[in-house]
Amino acid sequence: MAFDKMELNEIEVWDGNFAAAQALRQVQVDVVSAYPITPSTPIVEGYAKFLADGYVEGEFMMVESEHAAMSGCIGASAAGGRVATATSSQGFALMVETLYQASGMRLPIILNVVNRALAAPLNVNGDHSDMYLGRDSGWIQFDSYNPQQAYDLNFIAFKVAEDHEVRLPAMVHQDGFMTSHTAQGVKTLSDDEAYGFVGEFKPMNDMLDLENPVTHGVQTEEDWHFEHKARQHHDLMTKVFPKIEEAFDAFEKLTGRKYNIVEEYMTDDAEVAVVALGTSVETAVEVAKEMREQEGIKAGVIGIRVFRPWPFEYIAEAIKGIKALGALDRSSPNGAMGALYNELAGILVNSDEKAVLTNYIYGLGGRDLTKAHLKEIFKELKANADAGKPTTELQQFIGVRGPKLAYL
Amino acid sequence: MLEIRWHSRAGQGAVTGAKGLADIVATTGKYVQAFAFYGSAKRGAAMTAYNRVDDKEILNHEKYMKPDYVFVIDPALVFTTDVTINHKPTTKYIITTHMSTDELKEAQPKLADKEVYTVDCIKIAQETIGRPIPNTPMLGAFMKVSGMYDIEFFKENMKRVLAKLPQKIIDANMLAIQRAYDEVK
Repeated sequence: MAFDKMELNEIEVWDGNFAAAQALRQVQVDVVSAYPITPSTPIVEGYAKFLADGYVEGEFMMVESEHAAMSGCIGASAAGGRVATATSSQGFALMVETLYQASGMRLPIILNVVNRALAAPLNVNGDHSDMYLGRDSGWIQFDSYNPQQAYDLNFIAFKVAEDHEVRLPAMVHQDGFMTSHTAQGVKTLSDDEAYGFVGEFKPMNDMLDLENPVTHGVQTEEDWHFEHKARQHHDLMTKVFPKIEEAFDAFEKLTGRKYNIVEEYMTDDAEVAVVALGTSVETAVEVAKEMREQEGIKAGVIGIRVFRPWPFEYIAEAIKGIKALGALDRSSPNGAMGALYNELAGILVNSDEKAVLTNYIYGLGGRDLTKAHLKEIFKELKANADAGKPTTELQQFIGVRGPKLAYL
Repeated sequence: MLEIRWHSRAGQGAVTGAKGLADIVATTGKYVQAFAFYGSAKRGAAMTAYNRVDDKEILNHEKYMKPDYVFVIDPALVFTTDVTINHKPTTKYIITTHMSTDELKEAQPKLADKEVYTVDCIKIAQETIGRPIPNTPMLGAFMKVSGMYDIEFFKENMKRVLAKLPQKIIDANMLAIQRAYDEVK
Protein backbone atom coordinates (compact mmCIF):
# COMPACT_ATOMS: atom_id res chain seq x y z
CA MET A 1 0.00 0.00 0.00
CA ALA A 2 1.29 3.45 -0.85
CA PHE A 3 1.29 5.03 2.58
CA ASP A 4 3.50 5.10 5.66
CA LYS A 5 2.57 3.49 8.93
CA MET A 6 2.76 5.50 12.11
CA GLU A 7 4.42 4.29 15.29
CA LEU A 8 2.21 5.10 18.27
CA ASN A 9 3.00 4.81 21.97
CA GLU A 10 0.93 2.30 23.92
CA ILE A 11 -0.71 5.26 25.66
CA GLU A 12 -0.92 8.64 23.93
CA VAL A 13 -2.24 11.80 25.58
CA TRP A 14 -4.84 12.84 23.01
CA ASP A 15 -7.98 14.91 23.02
CA GLY A 16 -11.14 13.40 21.56
CA ASN A 17 -10.71 15.15 18.23
CA PHE A 18 -7.20 13.88 17.64
CA ALA A 19 -8.22 10.40 18.77
CA ALA A 20 -11.02 10.39 16.15
CA ALA A 21 -8.67 11.73 13.45
CA GLN A 22 -6.19 8.95 14.21
CA ALA A 23 -8.97 6.36 13.92
CA LEU A 24 -9.94 7.74 10.47
CA ARG A 25 -6.29 7.40 9.42
CA GLN A 26 -5.93 3.89 10.82
CA VAL A 27 -8.97 2.51 8.97
CA GLN A 28 -7.67 4.20 5.79
CA VAL A 29 -10.77 6.21 4.93
CA ASP A 30 -10.90 6.68 1.14
CA VAL A 31 -12.77 9.97 1.06
CA VAL A 32 -13.36 12.72 3.60
CA SER A 33 -15.63 15.44 2.27
CA ALA A 34 -15.76 18.22 4.83
CA TYR A 35 -16.65 21.76 5.75
CA PRO A 36 -14.97 22.38 9.13
CA ILE A 37 -16.81 23.82 12.12
CA THR A 38 -15.89 24.34 15.77
CA PRO A 39 -15.39 22.18 17.83
CA SER A 40 -15.08 19.31 15.31
CA THR A 41 -12.57 21.02 12.97
CA PRO A 42 -9.42 19.19 14.18
CA ILE A 43 -10.88 15.81 13.14
CA VAL A 44 -11.02 16.58 9.41
CA GLU A 45 -7.95 18.82 9.70
CA GLY A 46 -6.12 15.87 11.26
CA TYR A 47 -7.15 13.53 8.44
CA ALA A 48 -6.07 16.15 5.86
CA LYS A 49 -2.66 16.43 7.51
CA PHE A 50 -2.17 12.66 7.66
CA LEU A 51 -3.10 12.55 3.98
CA ALA A 52 -0.67 15.35 3.07
CA ASP A 53 2.09 13.67 5.07
CA GLY A 54 1.56 10.36 3.30
CA TYR A 55 0.06 8.39 6.19
CA VAL A 56 -3.19 7.63 4.43
CA GLU A 57 -4.18 6.89 0.87
CA GLY A 58 -7.36 8.77 0.17
CA GLU A 59 -8.92 11.99 -0.94
CA PHE A 60 -9.94 15.14 0.93
CA MET A 61 -12.80 17.05 -0.68
CA MET A 62 -13.10 20.72 0.25
CA VAL A 63 -16.66 21.87 -0.29
CA GLU A 64 -18.72 24.99 0.27
CA SER A 65 -21.05 23.94 3.08
CA GLU A 66 -21.97 21.05 5.35
CA HIS A 67 -24.87 20.24 3.04
CA ALA A 68 -22.30 19.79 0.28
CA ALA A 69 -19.94 17.95 2.63
CA MET A 70 -22.49 15.22 3.33
CA SER A 71 -23.55 15.23 -0.33
CA GLY A 72 -19.92 14.57 -1.26
CA CYS A 73 -19.83 11.74 1.26
CA ILE A 74 -23.00 10.27 -0.24
CA GLY A 75 -21.54 10.38 -3.75
CA ALA A 76 -18.23 8.84 -2.68
CA SER A 77 -19.97 6.17 -0.64
CA ALA A 78 -22.35 5.28 -3.49
CA ALA A 79 -19.33 5.09 -5.78
CA GLY A 80 -17.93 2.39 -3.49
CA GLY A 81 -15.49 3.95 -1.02
CA ARG A 82 -14.95 4.00 2.73
CA VAL A 83 -16.20 7.45 3.69
CA ALA A 84 -16.24 9.64 6.79
CA THR A 85 -16.53 13.25 7.92
CA ALA A 86 -17.11 15.34 11.03
CA THR A 87 -19.34 18.22 12.04
CA SER A 88 -21.05 20.03 14.91
CA SER A 89 -24.08 22.16 15.70
CA GLN A 90 -25.11 24.51 12.87
CA GLY A 91 -23.13 22.40 10.43
CA PHE A 92 -25.02 19.32 11.55
CA ALA A 93 -28.30 21.20 11.21
CA LEU A 94 -27.43 22.14 7.64
CA MET A 95 -26.62 18.48 6.94
CA VAL A 96 -29.98 17.19 8.13
CA GLU A 97 -31.60 16.90 4.71
CA THR A 98 -28.68 14.88 3.38
CA LEU A 99 -28.53 12.69 6.51
CA TYR A 100 -31.88 11.22 5.51
CA GLN A 101 -30.57 10.67 1.96
CA ALA A 102 -27.55 8.78 3.31
CA SER A 103 -29.58 6.43 5.50
CA GLY A 104 -32.34 5.95 2.92
CA MET A 105 -29.73 5.04 0.30
CA ARG A 106 -28.17 2.63 2.84
CA LEU A 107 -24.71 4.15 2.62
CA PRO A 108 -22.37 3.24 5.49
CA ILE A 109 -20.87 6.69 6.06
CA ILE A 110 -19.29 7.48 9.44
CA LEU A 111 -20.03 10.96 10.81
CA ASN A 112 -18.14 12.17 13.87
CA VAL A 113 -20.48 14.58 15.63
CA VAL A 114 -18.73 16.75 18.19
CA ASN A 115 -21.81 17.81 20.13
CA ARG A 116 -22.42 21.54 20.40
CA ALA A 117 -25.37 23.81 21.16
CA LEU A 118 -27.63 25.17 18.42
CA ALA A 119 -28.03 28.95 17.97
CA ALA A 120 -29.57 31.37 18.75
CA PRO A 121 -27.89 32.67 20.84
CA LEU A 122 -24.65 31.62 19.14
CA ASN A 123 -22.58 29.30 21.31
CA VAL A 124 -19.63 27.04 20.45
CA ASN A 125 -19.78 24.89 23.58
CA GLY A 126 -21.10 21.43 24.20
CA ASP A 127 -24.66 20.25 24.62
CA HIS A 128 -26.68 17.53 22.95
CA SER A 129 -29.01 19.63 20.75
CA ASP A 130 -27.37 18.40 17.55
CA MET A 131 -27.36 14.77 18.66
CA TYR A 132 -31.07 14.98 19.44
CA LEU A 133 -31.74 16.64 16.08
CA GLY A 134 -30.34 13.52 14.38
CA ARG A 135 -32.38 10.97 16.26
CA ASP A 136 -35.04 10.34 13.59
CA SER A 137 -32.63 10.42 10.66
CA GLY A 138 -32.17 6.66 10.34
CA TRP A 139 -28.52 6.66 11.43
CA ILE A 140 -26.98 4.51 14.12
CA GLN A 141 -25.81 6.81 16.95
CA PHE A 142 -22.91 5.77 19.20
CA ASP A 143 -22.07 7.96 22.18
CA SER A 144 -18.66 8.33 23.82
CA TYR A 145 -17.93 9.71 27.27
CA ASN A 146 -14.16 10.40 26.94
CA PRO A 147 -11.39 10.52 24.28
CA GLN A 148 -10.59 6.80 24.58
CA GLN A 149 -14.16 5.94 23.67
CA ALA A 150 -14.25 8.47 20.83
CA TYR A 151 -11.28 6.54 19.39
CA ASP A 152 -12.61 3.03 20.05
CA LEU A 153 -16.18 3.67 18.90
CA ASN A 154 -14.97 4.84 15.49
CA PHE A 155 -13.61 1.35 14.81
CA ILE A 156 -16.83 -0.22 16.08
CA ALA A 157 -18.90 2.16 13.94
CA PHE A 158 -17.08 1.29 10.69
CA LYS A 159 -17.31 -2.42 11.42
CA VAL A 160 -21.04 -2.34 12.14
CA ALA A 161 -22.11 0.19 9.49
CA GLU A 162 -20.22 -1.47 6.64
CA ASP A 163 -21.51 -4.97 7.45
CA HIS A 164 -23.55 -6.03 4.42
CA GLU A 165 -26.46 -7.07 6.64
CA VAL A 166 -26.56 -3.57 8.14
CA ARG A 167 -25.50 -1.07 5.47
CA LEU A 168 -26.55 1.97 7.48
CA PRO A 169 -24.62 5.14 8.27
CA ALA A 170 -23.43 5.72 11.83
CA MET A 171 -22.59 8.73 13.96
CA VAL A 172 -19.96 8.71 16.68
CA HIS A 173 -20.79 11.40 19.20
CA GLN A 174 -18.43 13.11 21.64
CA ASP A 175 -19.04 16.14 23.87
CA GLY A 176 -17.78 19.41 22.40
CA PHE A 177 -14.71 20.64 24.35
CA MET A 178 -15.41 18.36 27.34
CA THR A 179 -14.18 15.42 25.23
CA SER A 180 -13.07 16.96 21.95
CA HIS A 181 -10.58 19.39 23.52
CA THR A 182 -9.79 17.51 26.73
CA ALA A 183 -6.53 15.56 26.59
CA GLN A 184 -6.52 12.25 28.44
CA GLY A 185 -4.59 9.02 28.14
CA VAL A 186 -5.73 6.97 25.13
CA LYS A 187 -4.64 3.35 24.77
CA THR A 188 -3.83 2.96 21.10
CA LEU A 189 -4.13 0.15 18.59
CA SER A 190 -1.28 -0.41 16.17
CA ASP A 191 -2.08 0.51 12.56
CA ASP A 192 -2.24 -3.19 11.65
CA GLU A 193 -4.50 -4.12 14.57
CA ALA A 194 -6.87 -1.25 13.83
CA TYR A 195 -7.11 -1.95 10.12
CA GLY A 196 -7.37 -5.67 10.75
CA PHE A 197 -10.27 -5.16 13.14
CA VAL A 198 -12.36 -3.15 10.69
CA GLY A 199 -11.14 -5.03 7.61
CA GLU A 200 -10.96 -4.04 3.99
CA PHE A 201 -13.94 -2.11 2.67
CA LYS A 202 -16.27 -4.37 0.70
CA PRO A 203 -18.43 -2.35 -1.68
CA MET A 204 -22.06 -3.28 -2.29
CA ASN A 205 -24.10 -2.05 -5.24
CA ASP A 206 -21.31 0.42 -5.98
CA MET A 207 -21.79 2.76 -8.91
CA LEU A 208 -18.24 2.21 -10.17
CA ASP A 209 -18.91 -1.50 -10.69
CA LEU A 210 -19.62 -1.06 -14.38
CA GLU A 211 -20.30 -4.77 -14.91
CA ASN A 212 -23.31 -4.52 -12.60
CA PRO A 213 -25.07 -1.22 -13.23
CA VAL A 214 -27.25 0.06 -10.35
CA THR A 215 -29.39 3.09 -9.65
CA HIS A 216 -29.01 5.21 -6.52
CA GLY A 217 -31.22 8.00 -5.20
CA VAL A 218 -34.41 6.89 -6.88
CA GLN A 219 -37.91 8.29 -6.58
CA THR A 220 -40.66 6.09 -5.17
CA GLU A 221 -44.16 7.35 -4.54
CA GLU A 222 -46.93 5.62 -2.65
CA ASP A 223 -46.20 2.43 -4.52
CA TRP A 224 -42.85 1.65 -2.85
CA HIS A 225 -41.72 4.46 -0.49
CA PHE A 226 -43.34 2.87 2.57
CA GLU A 227 -41.71 -0.50 1.93
CA HIS A 228 -38.26 1.12 1.73
CA LYS A 229 -38.74 3.06 4.95
CA ALA A 230 -40.28 0.07 6.73
CA ARG A 231 -37.37 -2.18 5.77
CA GLN A 232 -34.88 0.41 6.91
CA HIS A 233 -36.65 0.60 10.28
CA HIS A 234 -36.89 -3.19 10.43
CA ASP A 235 -33.13 -3.51 9.99
CA LEU A 236 -32.50 -0.83 12.62
CA MET A 237 -34.78 -2.66 15.06
CA THR A 238 -33.60 -6.21 14.44
CA LYS A 239 -30.21 -6.38 12.74
CA VAL A 240 -28.15 -3.61 14.28
CA PHE A 241 -27.94 -4.69 17.93
CA PRO A 242 -26.70 -8.24 17.19
CA LYS A 243 -23.99 -6.77 14.95
CA ILE A 244 -23.01 -4.21 17.59
CA GLU A 245 -22.81 -6.98 20.21
CA GLU A 246 -20.60 -8.96 17.83
CA ALA A 247 -18.34 -5.96 17.24
CA PHE A 248 -18.14 -5.16 20.97
CA ASP A 249 -17.14 -8.79 21.69
CA ALA A 250 -14.49 -8.79 18.98
CA PHE A 251 -13.18 -5.46 20.25
CA GLU A 252 -12.97 -6.78 23.80
CA LYS A 253 -11.00 -9.80 22.57
CA LEU A 254 -8.58 -7.47 20.79
CA THR A 255 -8.16 -4.77 23.45
CA GLY A 256 -9.68 -5.97 26.72
CA ARG A 257 -11.97 -2.93 26.66
CA LYS A 258 -15.61 -3.94 27.12
CA TYR A 259 -18.43 -1.84 25.70
CA ASN A 260 -22.14 -2.43 26.22
CA ILE A 261 -25.19 -1.14 24.36
CA VAL A 262 -26.37 0.20 27.70
CA GLU A 263 -23.65 0.85 30.26
CA GLU A 264 -24.67 0.05 33.82
CA TYR A 265 -22.78 1.29 36.84
CA MET A 266 -23.75 -0.04 40.29
CA THR A 267 -27.32 -0.69 39.10
CA ASP A 268 -27.56 -4.24 40.50
CA ASP A 269 -28.67 -3.10 43.95
CA ALA A 270 -29.41 0.54 43.12
CA GLU A 271 -32.43 2.20 44.61
CA VAL A 272 -32.03 5.36 42.54
CA ALA A 273 -30.27 6.01 39.23
CA VAL A 274 -29.66 8.73 36.69
CA VAL A 275 -29.78 8.05 32.95
CA ALA A 276 -27.42 10.19 30.90
CA LEU A 277 -25.28 10.66 27.80
CA GLY A 278 -21.73 11.90 27.25
CA THR A 279 -19.16 13.04 29.81
CA SER A 280 -21.90 13.47 32.42
CA VAL A 281 -22.16 9.68 32.70
CA GLU A 282 -18.62 9.49 34.09
CA THR A 283 -19.03 12.42 36.49
CA ALA A 284 -22.27 10.82 37.69
CA VAL A 285 -20.48 7.50 38.31
CA GLU A 286 -17.96 9.27 40.55
CA VAL A 287 -20.79 11.02 42.43
CA ALA A 288 -22.83 7.78 42.74
CA LYS A 289 -19.84 6.15 44.47
CA GLU A 290 -19.63 9.09 46.86
CA MET A 291 -23.38 8.92 47.55
CA ARG A 292 -22.96 5.30 48.55
CA GLU A 293 -19.91 5.96 50.74
CA GLN A 294 -20.95 9.27 52.30
CA GLU A 295 -24.75 9.34 52.28
CA GLY A 296 -25.68 5.67 52.33
CA ILE A 297 -27.80 6.19 49.21
CA LYS A 298 -27.71 3.20 46.87
CA ALA A 299 -27.08 5.22 43.71
CA GLY A 300 -26.45 3.92 40.23
CA VAL A 301 -25.88 5.29 36.74
CA ILE A 302 -27.19 4.15 33.36
CA GLY A 303 -25.17 5.40 30.39
CA ILE A 304 -26.70 5.23 26.94
CA ARG A 305 -23.98 3.93 24.60
CA VAL A 306 -26.25 3.48 21.57
CA PHE A 307 -28.85 6.24 21.32
CA ARG A 308 -30.25 5.01 17.99
CA PRO A 309 -31.55 2.47 17.54
CA TRP A 310 -33.03 3.06 20.99
CA PRO A 311 -32.11 0.09 23.21
CA PHE A 312 -35.60 -0.48 24.58
CA GLU A 313 -35.12 -4.02 25.88
CA TYR A 314 -31.63 -3.42 27.24
CA ILE A 315 -32.86 -0.47 29.30
CA ALA A 316 -35.94 -2.37 30.48
CA GLU A 317 -33.48 -4.89 31.91
CA ALA A 318 -31.14 -2.25 33.36
CA ILE A 319 -33.85 -0.42 35.33
CA LYS A 320 -35.20 -3.54 37.10
CA GLY A 321 -35.61 -2.92 40.82
CA ILE A 322 -34.74 0.78 40.66
CA LYS A 323 -37.30 2.89 42.53
CA ALA A 324 -36.53 6.36 41.20
CA LEU A 325 -34.97 7.38 37.89
CA GLY A 326 -33.71 10.80 36.83
CA ALA A 327 -33.54 11.42 33.08
CA LEU A 328 -30.73 13.91 32.42
CA ASP A 329 -31.27 15.78 29.15
CA ARG A 330 -28.60 18.16 27.85
CA SER A 331 -30.78 19.78 25.19
CA SER A 332 -33.48 22.41 25.38
CA PRO A 333 -36.78 20.49 25.32
CA ASN A 334 -38.54 23.54 23.81
CA GLY A 335 -42.07 22.86 24.94
CA ALA A 336 -41.94 19.20 25.91
CA MET A 337 -40.26 16.82 28.32
CA GLY A 338 -36.65 15.94 27.50
CA ALA A 339 -36.07 13.14 24.98
CA LEU A 340 -34.56 10.73 27.50
CA TYR A 341 -37.55 11.28 29.82
CA ASN A 342 -40.00 10.46 27.03
CA GLU A 343 -38.05 7.41 25.86
CA LEU A 344 -37.80 6.08 29.41
CA ALA A 345 -41.48 6.74 30.03
CA GLY A 346 -42.17 4.65 26.92
CA ILE A 347 -40.34 1.74 28.53
CA LEU A 348 -41.85 2.14 32.00
CA VAL A 349 -45.47 2.46 30.93
CA ASN A 350 -45.83 -1.19 29.88
CA SER A 351 -43.40 -2.62 32.40
CA ASP A 352 -43.96 -4.15 35.83
CA GLU A 353 -41.39 -1.69 37.15
CA LYS A 354 -42.83 1.19 39.10
CA ALA A 355 -39.91 3.61 39.11
CA VAL A 356 -40.73 7.26 39.75
CA LEU A 357 -39.40 9.13 36.72
CA THR A 358 -38.35 12.78 36.71
CA ASN A 359 -36.57 14.98 34.19
CA TYR A 360 -33.53 17.23 34.66
CA ILE A 361 -32.53 19.70 31.94
CA TYR A 362 -28.88 20.71 32.41
CA GLY A 363 -25.68 21.93 30.79
CA LEU A 364 -27.07 23.90 27.85
CA GLY A 365 -24.39 25.73 25.89
CA GLY A 366 -21.62 24.06 27.89
CA ARG A 367 -22.87 25.13 31.36
CA ASP A 368 -20.93 23.08 33.89
CA LEU A 369 -22.64 20.07 35.47
CA THR A 370 -20.90 19.98 38.86
CA LYS A 371 -20.64 17.13 41.30
CA ALA A 372 -22.67 19.31 43.70
CA HIS A 373 -25.55 19.41 41.17
CA LEU A 374 -25.47 15.63 40.83
CA LYS A 375 -25.47 15.14 44.60
CA GLU A 376 -28.65 17.21 44.86
CA ILE A 377 -30.23 15.19 42.06
CA PHE A 378 -29.44 11.87 43.76
CA LYS A 379 -30.88 13.20 47.05
CA GLU A 380 -34.09 14.24 45.29
CA LEU A 381 -34.34 10.85 43.61
CA LYS A 382 -33.91 9.19 47.01
CA ALA A 383 -36.81 11.28 48.34
CA ASN A 384 -38.88 10.20 45.32
CA ALA A 385 -37.99 6.55 45.95
CA ASP A 386 -38.98 6.81 49.63
CA ALA A 387 -42.25 8.60 48.84
CA GLY A 388 -43.11 6.32 45.91
CA LYS A 389 -44.09 9.42 43.92
CA PRO A 390 -42.45 12.59 42.64
CA THR A 391 -41.52 15.00 45.44
CA THR A 392 -40.42 17.66 42.93
CA GLU A 393 -41.85 18.99 39.71
CA LEU A 394 -41.48 16.48 36.89
CA GLN A 395 -39.11 18.71 34.95
CA GLN A 396 -36.45 20.89 36.57
CA PHE A 397 -33.70 23.07 35.12
CA ILE A 398 -30.32 22.57 36.84
CA GLY A 399 -27.64 25.24 37.15
CA VAL A 400 -29.56 28.03 35.44
CA ARG A 401 -29.43 31.51 37.02
CA GLY A 402 -32.47 33.48 38.08
CA PRO A 403 -35.68 32.10 39.59
CA LYS A 404 -35.92 28.30 39.70
CA LEU A 405 -37.44 26.88 36.52
CA ALA A 406 -39.60 23.80 37.01
CA TYR A 407 -42.70 22.46 35.28
CA LEU A 408 -45.55 19.99 35.71
CA MET B 1 -5.92 13.93 42.92
CA LEU B 2 -3.67 16.85 42.01
CA GLU B 3 -5.46 19.79 40.39
CA ILE B 4 -3.88 22.77 38.63
CA ARG B 5 -5.43 25.92 37.18
CA TRP B 6 -3.55 28.04 34.65
CA HIS B 7 -4.28 31.75 34.19
CA SER B 8 -3.10 32.96 30.83
CA ARG B 9 -3.88 35.04 27.81
CA ALA B 10 -5.02 33.22 24.68
CA GLY B 11 -1.87 32.71 22.63
CA GLN B 12 0.59 32.44 25.52
CA GLY B 13 0.60 28.66 25.40
CA ALA B 14 -1.34 27.64 28.53
CA VAL B 15 -3.22 24.91 26.64
CA THR B 16 0.02 23.60 25.12
CA GLY B 17 1.64 23.81 28.55
CA ALA B 18 -1.21 21.93 30.22
CA LYS B 19 -1.19 19.25 27.52
CA GLY B 20 2.62 19.00 27.64
CA LEU B 21 2.53 18.50 31.41
CA ALA B 22 -0.21 15.86 31.00
CA ASP B 23 1.87 14.10 28.36
CA ILE B 24 4.91 13.88 30.64
CA VAL B 25 2.93 12.83 33.71
CA ALA B 26 1.17 10.10 31.69
CA THR B 27 4.51 8.44 30.88
CA THR B 28 4.95 7.75 34.61
CA GLY B 29 1.80 5.63 34.76
CA LYS B 30 -0.52 8.24 36.24
CA TYR B 31 -3.90 9.25 34.82
CA VAL B 32 -4.19 12.76 33.43
CA GLN B 33 -6.68 15.29 32.14
CA ALA B 34 -5.89 18.63 30.46
CA PHE B 35 -8.56 21.05 29.29
CA ALA B 36 -9.37 24.74 28.95
CA PHE B 37 -12.24 27.18 28.89
CA TYR B 38 -12.58 28.38 25.34
CA GLY B 39 -15.53 30.15 23.85
CA SER B 40 -14.77 32.64 21.14
CA ALA B 41 -11.79 34.11 23.02
CA LYS B 42 -9.36 35.91 20.76
CA ARG B 43 -5.60 36.21 21.13
CA GLY B 44 -4.82 38.26 24.22
CA ALA B 45 -8.08 37.55 26.06
CA ALA B 46 -7.81 36.24 29.62
CA MET B 47 -8.41 32.48 29.77
CA THR B 48 -7.92 29.51 32.06
CA ALA B 49 -6.60 26.00 31.45
CA TYR B 50 -6.65 23.01 33.80
CA ASN B 51 -4.80 19.83 34.72
CA ARG B 52 -5.95 16.89 36.78
CA VAL B 53 -3.54 14.12 37.82
CA ASP B 54 -4.48 11.00 39.75
CA ASP B 55 -3.36 7.44 40.48
CA LYS B 56 -6.73 6.11 39.32
CA GLU B 57 -8.83 6.74 36.21
CA ILE B 58 -10.22 10.29 36.19
CA LEU B 59 -13.99 10.22 35.76
CA ASN B 60 -14.77 13.75 36.87
CA HIS B 61 -15.57 16.04 33.91
CA GLU B 62 -16.85 19.04 35.87
CA LYS B 63 -15.08 22.29 35.04
CA TYR B 64 -15.34 23.50 38.65
CA MET B 65 -12.05 23.02 40.46
CA LYS B 66 -10.47 23.87 43.83
CA PRO B 67 -6.88 23.86 42.63
CA ASP B 68 -3.80 22.64 44.51
CA TYR B 69 -1.69 24.91 42.31
CA VAL B 70 -2.47 28.11 40.44
CA PHE B 71 -0.09 29.08 37.63
CA VAL B 72 -0.26 32.68 36.39
CA ILE B 73 1.76 33.11 33.20
CA ASP B 74 0.82 36.72 32.42
CA PRO B 75 1.85 39.31 35.03
CA ALA B 76 -1.19 41.59 34.65
CA LEU B 77 -3.78 38.88 35.30
CA VAL B 78 -3.06 39.04 39.04
CA PHE B 79 -4.63 42.51 38.95
CA THR B 80 -7.33 42.19 36.29
CA THR B 81 -8.79 38.76 37.20
CA ASP B 82 -9.30 36.96 40.51
CA VAL B 83 -6.55 34.32 40.49
CA THR B 84 -7.59 33.20 44.00
CA ILE B 85 -11.13 32.13 43.02
CA ASN B 86 -12.24 28.73 44.44
CA HIS B 87 -9.01 28.49 46.43
CA LYS B 88 -8.41 26.25 49.41
CA PRO B 89 -6.07 26.96 52.36
CA THR B 90 -3.33 24.80 50.86
CA THR B 91 -3.44 26.27 47.34
CA LYS B 92 0.03 27.27 46.11
CA TYR B 93 0.57 30.05 43.56
CA ILE B 94 3.37 30.32 41.01
CA ILE B 95 3.17 33.72 39.40
CA THR B 96 5.04 35.28 36.51
CA THR B 97 6.13 38.78 37.50
CA HIS B 98 9.11 41.11 37.50
CA MET B 99 8.33 41.87 41.15
CA SER B 100 9.63 40.03 44.20
CA THR B 101 7.10 37.91 46.12
CA ASP B 102 6.87 40.57 48.87
CA GLU B 103 6.35 43.37 46.35
CA LEU B 104 3.64 41.38 44.61
CA LYS B 105 1.81 40.64 47.87
CA GLU B 106 1.89 44.32 48.69
CA ALA B 107 0.56 45.26 45.25
CA GLN B 108 -2.17 42.60 45.37
CA PRO B 109 -3.34 42.21 49.01
CA LYS B 110 -5.51 39.21 48.08
CA LEU B 111 -2.29 37.21 47.87
CA ALA B 112 -0.93 38.45 51.23
CA ASP B 113 -1.86 35.33 53.21
CA LYS B 114 -1.25 32.87 50.36
CA GLU B 115 1.72 30.61 49.61
CA VAL B 116 3.12 32.51 46.64
CA TYR B 117 6.18 31.81 44.50
CA THR B 118 7.36 34.23 41.84
CA VAL B 119 9.49 33.94 38.74
CA ASP B 120 9.73 36.13 35.62
CA CYS B 121 8.78 33.59 32.96
CA ILE B 122 8.16 36.31 30.38
CA LYS B 123 11.68 37.71 30.71
CA ILE B 124 13.20 34.22 30.78
CA ALA B 125 11.27 33.22 27.63
CA GLN B 126 12.30 36.41 25.83
CA GLU B 127 15.97 35.94 26.73
CA THR B 128 16.10 32.25 25.83
CA ILE B 129 13.40 31.42 23.26
CA GLY B 130 13.25 34.96 21.89
CA ARG B 131 9.47 35.19 22.27
CA PRO B 132 7.29 35.89 25.32
CA ILE B 133 5.88 32.33 25.52
CA PRO B 134 6.03 31.63 29.26
CA ASN B 135 4.53 28.12 29.35
CA THR B 136 7.59 25.88 29.46
CA PRO B 137 9.49 28.00 32.02
CA MET B 138 6.38 27.87 34.25
CA LEU B 139 6.66 24.09 34.22
CA GLY B 140 10.34 24.37 35.23
CA ALA B 141 9.31 26.53 38.19
CA PHE B 142 6.57 24.01 39.04
CA MET B 143 9.10 21.18 39.15
CA LYS B 144 11.12 23.17 41.71
CA VAL B 145 8.15 24.16 43.90
CA SER B 146 6.36 20.78 43.78
CA GLY B 147 9.36 18.45 43.60
CA MET B 148 7.16 16.34 41.31
CA TYR B 149 9.99 15.03 39.13
CA ASP B 150 13.75 15.39 38.95
CA ILE B 151 14.42 18.34 36.62
CA GLU B 152 16.68 16.30 34.32
CA PHE B 153 13.98 13.63 33.91
CA PHE B 154 11.46 16.36 33.21
CA LYS B 155 13.64 18.05 30.60
CA GLU B 156 14.36 14.76 28.80
CA ASN B 157 10.62 14.11 28.56
CA MET B 158 9.89 17.67 27.49
CA LYS B 159 12.32 17.21 24.58
CA ARG B 160 10.10 14.39 23.38
CA VAL B 161 6.94 16.55 23.70
CA LEU B 162 8.60 19.36 21.74
CA ALA B 163 10.20 16.98 19.20
CA LYS B 164 8.36 18.55 16.25
CA LEU B 165 10.09 21.93 16.80
CA PRO B 166 13.50 22.90 15.36
CA GLN B 167 16.45 21.80 17.54
CA LYS B 168 17.37 25.43 18.29
CA ILE B 169 13.93 26.07 19.79
CA ILE B 170 14.03 22.84 21.79
CA ASP B 171 17.44 23.82 23.24
CA ALA B 172 16.14 27.31 24.10
CA ASN B 173 13.15 25.78 25.87
CA MET B 174 15.43 23.54 27.93
CA LEU B 175 17.42 26.59 28.95
CA ALA B 176 14.21 28.42 29.86
CA ILE B 177 12.95 25.50 31.96
CA GLN B 178 16.27 25.28 33.84
CA ARG B 179 16.43 29.03 34.45
CA ALA B 180 12.90 29.16 35.85
CA TYR B 181 13.71 26.13 38.01
CA ASP B 182 16.76 27.97 39.37
CA GLU B 183 15.18 31.40 39.69
CA VAL B 184 11.74 30.74 41.21
CA LYS B 185 11.44 32.06 44.77
